[in-house]
Parts: sequence; structure tokens; C-alpha cells
Amino acid sequence: MAALGEDAVRRLRASPVALGALIVMSAMIGLALIGPWLNPNSIQSLDWLHVAAHPSTQNAHWFGTDRLGRDLFVRTLAGTRVSLAIGLVASAISLLVGVIYGAVAGYAGGHTDHVMMRIIEILSGLPLIFFVIFLTVIFGRNEYLLFLSIGAVGWLSMARIVRGQALSIRHKEYIEAAVASGARAGRIVAKHVIPNLLGPVIVYATLTVPQIILFESFLSFLGLGIQEPSASLGTLIAEGASEMESAPWILLVPGGFLALLLLCLNIFGDGLRDAFQVEEG
Amino acid sequence: MFRYFLTRLASAIPTLFIIITATFFLMRAAPGGPFDQEQTLSPEIMANMQAAYGLDQPIWKQYGRYIASLAHGDFGPSFKYKDFTVTELIAQGFPVTLELGVIAMVLALIVGIPLGTFAALHHNSAADYAAMSAALVGIAIPSFVVLPFLGLLFGVYLHWLPVSGWEPRSLSHLALPIIALALPPLAYIARLTRGSMLEVLRSHYIRTAFAKGLPLRTVILRHALRPALTPVASYLVPAVASIMTGSLVVESIAGLPGIGRFLVQGALNRDYTLVLGMVIIYSALLIGMGLLVDLLYAWLDPRVRVR
Repeated sequence: MAALGEDAVRRLRASPVALGALIVMSAMIGLALIGPWLNPNSIQSLDWLHVAAHPSTQNAHWFGTDRLGRDLFVRTLAGTRVSLAIGLVASAISLLVGVIYGAVAGYAGGHTDHVMMRIIEILSGLPLIFFVIFLTVIFGRNEYLLFLSIGAVGWLSMARIVRGQALSIRHKEYIEAAVASGARAGRIVAKHVIPNLLGPVIVYATLTVPQIILFESFLSFLGLGIQEPSASLGTLIAEGASEMESAPWILLVPGGFLALLLLCLNIFGDGLRDAFQVEEG
Repeated sequence: MFRYFLTRLASAIPTLFIIITATFFLMRAAPGGPFDQEQTLSPEIMANMQAAYGLDQPIWKQYGRYIASLAHGDFGPSFKYKDFTVTELIAQGFPVTLELGVIAMVLALIVGIPLGTFAALHHNSAADYAAMSAALVGIAIPSFVVLPFLGLLFGVYLHWLPVSGWEPRSLSHLALPIIALALPPLAYIARLTRGSMLEVLRSHYIRTAFAKGLPLRTVILRHALRPALTPVASYLVPAVASIMTGSLVVESIAGLPGIGRFLVQGALNRDYTLVLGMVIIYSALLIGMGLLVDLLYAWLDPRVRVR
């Protein structure tokens, strides 16, 4: 595993695009974490003197203000933080569920595997938005449940990938060798299977984060996600889209932020996939 | 092959039935009811309304009645849009959504496949990198960001196309929503085509075809394209799902009178029958697409036909 990791890091270093994406992404995350302290405005403070103001360096509203005079710089950064937090937590949930489900199906094989994969097939044949809409409707618009429900639908492809890997690993010679030399199942799993699963899992976890951020902003855009007064990038974009013709920056600032963030995450994930030499599931 | 298709068709019906049942009981498990937002109703009127829609009956009886009416092709009355049946509501909006979705899908295919093939033929060239970077942008940026951006550019600044609104048989009103919906699947199809085309181009029979002296055009169109399209075929079902979910927001941003708005609104309003109707339409479309893909597989890859 150590050798695999070193190789991957070396290959990643050789890819300027992926590194560039990583730097831009880190800068954005850093800005989202410390940015609100750089600016005198708060998320909810209303500045009636500057309503729907243009972005400018003349006053404290660097990215302008929205229809209620709230500062867009601070709101966009706070929204980025919310989107990132949801992306990370929900990805962790889908990672956990997906790895366990996929590993069980892959090892069990045979009939169990068949049934478990059929369930995934049925679930992934549906627009997942149905389920999340139902969950938000049933449980109310609770932010923690939002994490859970998004994470709960994101695990399908992770499970599929882990299962495929587990199936192929099960038949590898080094596993046979380990079995032949008398290693117990627990030791084989810990020493041989999990380290070899790790590469693809890391890669797909990285690619899951932007998907989940996208999904969350989609829900927030529909009014099902994060509620006022806090906002995610999706809520801000929804606000901006309705003011597009009179005050385009209300849309352009959060929209540009989301677009750049998703682009960097995807480029970095792709670079990581090439570095680990994982094949597309 | 035909037998295989029939078994798949037969397994689609229980799947749809399970989806309907799960949706029915999930909706009913949600707190609140369809008449909560009306002005305070006296208990008598409330009871009368409940009775009029059969909501006073035990849930199992309601479920039985709903399934029975479905079997007659009746989706039931809408709870929120008074005087409308769900069938009428869907019949009004569905043509718009269908037109939008079908054109977006066709656009994604007729641009995505050539783009991917082109990138594969110019592997590791500047053109390849440019095409794949563009595809990455298309995948990364969601349609609800793309559409307002396009609206700003082509509508507000350039005045080429209307920003929103709808007129019957007017393609200019549909142009921007179609592009926004088509971009993510287009980008994905281009990437898939490029990947599998690269693999196919390395195979022996393609080398043979070139060695025979066939022109590039013939090799690609007659020999390489069909096997290279198998991953694209398996992506068609997720692509339809992506266009469907995309249309939920795209229609509302562009102000199109499709059925997209009914799903979220219906769920929030507890319009049980409307939500069920929407779920049935969407699931049936997806399942139908899955069957179509099975047939397509057999055409693309003759080995499948033997099974």
C-alpha cells in the first residue's frame, strides 16, 4: 500500500492541471473559512443604504449586496462553507454505507450478491430526487436529516464499485496464496483486501463530494434544502436567478463560486483517478 | 432475444407496482394533509371534504381503491387543483416536458458521440484536451447555473433569445432550456465515447480494416462505432434520469408550463394523487428506457443475442 500511495503521489505531482485545481480549491476553502472575518459585514445584517448595490471597492460590499442589502461576499462565503460541510458529511455517510454494502455483496458472492445488486439496480433506476423529496416532506426541513438523506442516496455507486473490486480481489493469486499459507479470513481482509480497496475508494469519495454538493444546491434551489436565514450556494443562486435582469451580480457571484468549486473538485478527482490508475466503474 | 425481452417486460411490472406502493404509503406517512392550508375549516366541512375524497376510509381500503382506479387508467382527482383530474394536469404539461427532454437527449447524442470520436482520433492532441476540458465543464456545472448564465448572456446582454416564457411551437423559447438540459449528458456521452473508442481503435480487427486499405471514414462508421457505443447505451437510463431531474428546475427558471413543477409542489401540498401520478409517469419512462436499452444492446453487440 505504501508503494502504491507513493507512486500515486508522484504521478499526481506530475499533473499540473490536477495540482492547479487543488491549489484553487484550497484557496477557496481557506477563503470560505477565514473570509467572513476579513469583511466587516455579517451574514444577516441589512444595509439599507446599499440595497442591490454593485460590486465595488468604494464601500465594504466587495461583491455587492442583494435585494435586502445583505453583503454578498459574506453570504457567498458562508454559503460555500455550508455546501462544503454538507458535501463532506454526506460523502462520509455514503462512503461508510457503500463500502460496507459493497464489501458484503462482493465477499458473499452467489445468491446474496445477486439479490443485493438487484436492489441497487432498482434503486438506481429511479430519479433519486423522489426519495429526497419524500424524506424532506416526511421529516420536515431538518438540516441534519438533509445530510442523512443525501448521504443515503449517494452510496449506490460507491457500493457498486467496492463490490466489483472485492469480487476481483477475491480471485487474485495473492489471496489464494494467503489462504494456502493458512491465513485466517480476518487477517486476509485486513492485510490484503482492504489496502487494495483503498485506492478506488479514495478516488470515488473525492468524486462523490462534488456530486453531493451539486445535489444539495439543487435541493436548496428548489427550496427543499437549507432554509433562511442561513444559505447554501444553491439558495443564493435561486435568489440571484430571480433578480437576473436587474442585478446580475446577485446570481454571478454565488453561481461563479459554485461552478469554480465543482470544476476544481472534479478536475482534482479525475487527476487522483489517473494517479491511482483506477478504471471507471 | 424476443423471449429475453418478454421476461424483462414481465419483471418491469412488479417493479413499477412496488414503486407505486412505496410512494403511496410514504406520502401518507408524512404529517399533514391536503386541506391543511385552506382557511380554517369547521370540523364538519373538513370531515365532508375528507369523505368526498375518500380520505376517511381505512388506509388499506384507500390503497385498494387507488390501485383499482389505476387499473382503469384513472389517476384520480387532484387534491389541490380543484376541478382537475391528475390525468388532465399531466396531459396538459407533458407535451412541453417531453418536447424539451427529447430534443435535449437527441442533441446530447448527435453532438456528444461525434465529439468523443473526434477526441479519440486525435488522442493526446490539443484538440483532444480542449474537447475533454469542455466536457469536464459541462459535467461539473449544473443546469440551474448554466441556464441563468445563458439567459444573461444571450437574453439580457445580446438580446438574441428570450430569457424565459413560453409560446406554443416556438423553438426560440425552448433553445436555452434545451441547451442547459443537454449539456451534462452531452459532456458525459462525449467522455464515454472517447474512452471506449480509444479501446476499440486498439483492437485487432480495426488494425485489419486499416491494413486492408479502407478509408478512415469507413473504418469508423462501419467497424468501430457500433462496439464503441455500448457504454453510451448503458448510460442512456441515467441520462434520461438526469434530464428529468434537470427539467424540474429548468422549467421553473424558464417559466415553461411542463409537468416539472408538479412533483415538488405536489409533495409539499400533500397532493397525494398528483405526486403518485408524477412518480408513475417518471418511473414508467425510465423503465421503458431500460427496456429500449436492452434492445439496443442486442443491436450493438451481436454476442448478446445468443443469450
